[in-house]
Amino acid sequence: MFQHDRLSNEITLFQKIKNLDYILLISVILLSVLSVFVMYSTDGGEILFHTKNHFVKLAVFFPLMIFVAFFNIKFWHNFSYIIYLIVILLLIYVSFFGIKSSGSQRWMDLYLFVLQPSELMKIAIIMCLAKYFHRIKIENVNSFTSITIVLSIIIIPIIFVISQPDLGTSILIALSGLIILWLGGMKIKYFIYSFITFLISLPFIISFLKPYQKLRILTFLDPDRDPLGAGYQIIQSKIAIGSGGLNGKGFLKGTQSYLDFLPEKHTDFIFTLFSEEFGFIGSVGLLILYSIIIFRIVRIGAISRSNFARLFCFGYAFAIFIYIVVNLSMVLGLLPIVGSPLPIMSYGGSSMLATMIGFGIVLSAKINHKQMIA
Amino acid sequence: MIKSNSGIRKTDVINRRMFIIGAAKVVVFVGIVARLFSLQINENKKYLTLSDKNRIREWKLPPTRGNIVDYFGNVIAGNLKVYQLHIIPEQVENFNYLLVRLKNLLNLSDKRIARINKLKAELKPWDSIIVSENLSWSQFVKINNYLYDLVGVKPVMTISRNYPFNDVYTHVLGYVSQPNEQEILENEIIQERFVPGMKIGKLGLEKRLENHLIGTNAIQRYEVNAYGKRINQLEHQKGEQGSKIRLTVDTEIQKACGKLLNEKAGSISVMDIYTGDIIAMYSSPSYNPNLFLFGISQDEWQLIRNNPLKPLINKTLSGLYSPGSTIKPIVALSALENKVIDTKFKVKCTGKMELYGQTFHCWKEKGHGWVSLKNAMKQSCDTYFYEVARLLGVDRLNITAEKFGLGKKVLGDYFDTEKKGLFPNTKWKKNNLGKGWVLGETLITGIGQGYIQTTPLQLCMMTAQIANGGFAVKPKIIVDNNPISYEDAKQSMESGLLFDTNSEELLDKKLFKNQKNIKIIQEAMFASTNERFGTSYKSRIDDPKYQFAGKTGTAQVKRISKRERELDLELEQIPYKDRDHALYVAYGPYVNPRYALSIIVEHGGSGSKAAAPIAKKLFKLIIDRHDLRDKQSNFERITV
Repeated sequence: MFQHDRLSNEITLFQKIKNLDYILLISVILLSVLSVFVMYSTDGGEILFHTKNHFVKLAVFFPLMIFVAFFNIKFWHNFSYIIYLIVILLLIYVSFFGIKSSGSQRWMDLYLFVLQPSELMKIAIIMCLAKYFHRIKIENVNSFTSITIVLSIIIIPIIFVISQPDLGTSILIALSGLIILWLGGMKIKYFIYSFITFLISLPFIISFLKPYQKLRILTFLDPDRDPLGAGYQIIQSKIAIGSGGLNGKGFLKGTQSYLDFLPEKHTDFIFTLFSEEFGFIGSVGLLILYSIIIFRIVRIGAISRSNFARLFCFGYAFAIFIYIVVNLSMVLGLLPIVGSPLPIMSYGGSSMLATMIGFGIVLSAKINHKQMIA
Repeated sequence: MIKSNSGIRKTDVINRRMFIIGAAKVVVFVGIVARLFSLQINENKKYLTLSDKNRIREWKLPPTRGNIVDYFGNVIAGNLKVYQLHIIPEQVENFNYLLVRLKNLLNLSDKRIARINKLKAELKPWDSIIVSENLSWSQFVKINNYLYDLVGVKPVMTISRNYPFNDVYTHVLGYVSQPNEQEILENEIIQERFVPGMKIGKLGLEKRLENHLIGTNAIQRYEVNAYGKRINQLEHQKGEQGSKIRLTVDTEIQKACGKLLNEKAGSISVMDIYTGDIIAMYSSPSYNPNLFLFGISQDEWQLIRNNPLKPLINKTLSGLYSPGSTIKPIVALSALENKVIDTKFKVKCTGKMELYGQTFHCWKEKGHGWVSLKNAMKQSCDTYFYEVARLLGVDRLNITAEKFGLGKKVLGDYFDTEKKGLFPNTKWKKNNLGKGWVLGETLITGIGQGYIQTTPLQLCMMTAQIANGGFAVKPKIIVDNNPISYEDAKQSMESGLLFDTNSEELLDKKLFKNQKNIKIIQEAMFASTNERFGTSYKSRIDDPKYQFAGKTGTAQVKRISKRERELDLELEQIPYKDRDHALYVAYGPYVNPRYALSIIVEHGGSGSKAAAPIAKKLFKLIIDRHDLRDKQSNFERITV
């Protein structure tokens, strides 16, 4: 065992660099460069606040990703529970001392930048559950104790996040957790039963929703109900995307965003601006870029020798996929508006930090894909 | 081994389940691409339109009204450049300072300043406030000189309605002014084209022809942001001026009418006896419609409103008068047509006539002696007409009078203020007053007094229809797209082929049973003007070119008491309100007649003294302009 460890530790820096997944790396770089240009467009074709900040964050977090990648995957395995616990503590801290903004309390001031721990939880929960399912015997996966433990791991952070309140992030955390449960071998019937239970209890859940959340659902069902109020965002977003056409209106020429018709164009609706300016071709291109990233992550998972790395990569690939699907469905009017950023593209430090750490761990898994973890 | 086995099994489970997820991912991504395709490719047009609708806002500018011209193409209602002063609050540095400066420069009232402040609070900061709608040229120059000091002020040149002949056409054209809410709601076209500052017709033809005159808005397209602020101008679409309307009126004659009735209350109408073209239609006194364009001042309005000569009433169409003796041609005609009398029929006038203990006086106290129709018309003998009316009866008289257009609107629905007037009969009295007809009422109807009420234009048309040989004319004031020349009209009347060969219609056009009777009336009217002892003999013109035939009338406005009759007061001695209305109807030239006219001077005294002399002055002008008018007839055809 020791020898094994020593052997893996003997990988030199040169080998590490050589073993990085360059297709994934190039895709992430491409996406980052694209995101800076789009951010430049949201600033009205000038290098202003958002463009600068976004660029600075990329400049800090991209090296961080490489830094994370150079740690052995075993290190991340060993620290998974602790990382999860730290993020839970941060969530508790935020729920008491967090910064409030537009009605919700989800941020903490780290002097250099404002951190949103719930974004980190998106990664932490995958790590934590991956480790749990890595260690548990397959026979015990469906035992009562194990189900209780994994559900607690999911539900505890969700309680904090939902009370911030932040429905979008809590849904993403829940989905990221559930996918590990699925991959870990939990019985399919449990998923079916709980899905049915969910459907039955849906009316009760809705009755617990905040009025603005109910309004969002109603608005989603009929955006024209209140075109200047709640439905405004969906309608304007659809107009922007639809008017983009095949080739788009051209870089810096998206009238909807230039004339301020688009809400939150830096964050959740960044795709709308992109799609208006680059059209169907650009949008599909962006989707292909994302697909390449997801595919590479899945592939790294598939070649990993340890189930922790495998579960993490598969889980993280699914999480990225879900972020994209939820965000695009929202701006395309297929889902109600829930705040969810588009990975890398959207303005927002915590989301980018979490995404980059995720990529870093995936790259670490690639570098150490032969690593066995007991 | 067990452990490793378990590990392998676990890896299998993970891989298998990942495969399912992978397939699901592909499906979902395809779904998203499909959605993108439907929005960006299939519905691209729809969303492009919506996007343009978002970003492009149109500003409508007031439309330019169509011109109204007279028969000769002179503009009688046109458009004029006016200078306005706008403030754009957004650009003003110090609003109060600016207002103080403007107040001094333009002598603005405190009320006006308060109004500007109110507007500023109501409007968006980039919407302009109109400080002054109509600056004089000197004010405009002054503002331009101080412009460096007046930041945020914009001198603007725009277009406004203008009536170059001031009060000459007021009662024909009416005027324009800002519409009220109801007027906007009632008319869809106005509603659609309304912009603040736009003016609409309030009266007369301006109102009636609103939909033709209004024109279309010029449109400026701007790109705006989500808050409605203009970012840049995209294009300017010119509006179309409203239709040009050509009237049948002659400005020279209309102006002359105004002069002839100067400082008198009354009306003059002149009509082409064949085509029905109204050559002039003047109601006196008039007022200046230009005063209403920018809001009339209270003082000026009170001056017009309280004028005892009632300038606001269009006397030609809405003034109701007893026709007095001007009805006599119709009475005589009716009697001839019904064969109650013939030319040899004579009545002895002793100055009065007794009937059932009531005395009916002739205007000539001594009486006219034995008079025939011609003499009775010539000297306007009342006794003769009492007797004729008695023999004829009011019902038969009524039929003839209505045939000639009395008791009916002349211009149909062109003027909503036009009155129908009234020509009574026994049935009317029974239905409306609930009492039986009294023979005495027939007698006074025979001299145009009593219930009978006519408008000046009705009398003019009646005269025209006698003058043209007894054919119906359709009076009109607008040159339509099928103007019938006077020759055609005349010929078709005389050959009995007016407008259509349809015999029933022809029957409607023919107002007589025997055209000889018309001729007799014409001759009697000729005598009345051109033979000694005729009531308008003094106003005759001997030159056959201008010679006209007419009939005077003097309408009592109150019953003359016995004492007053004995006093025989001079006009000046009677209070204005009690003086008789002077009337005169005539047509000319006597040979080959072309024009008919009616003149009314309210409280002017006798028709022969106050009204007939006006005809003499007017006929010269009308006939002198006759050739000009004929040449003009193919001038320009305008569709209304």
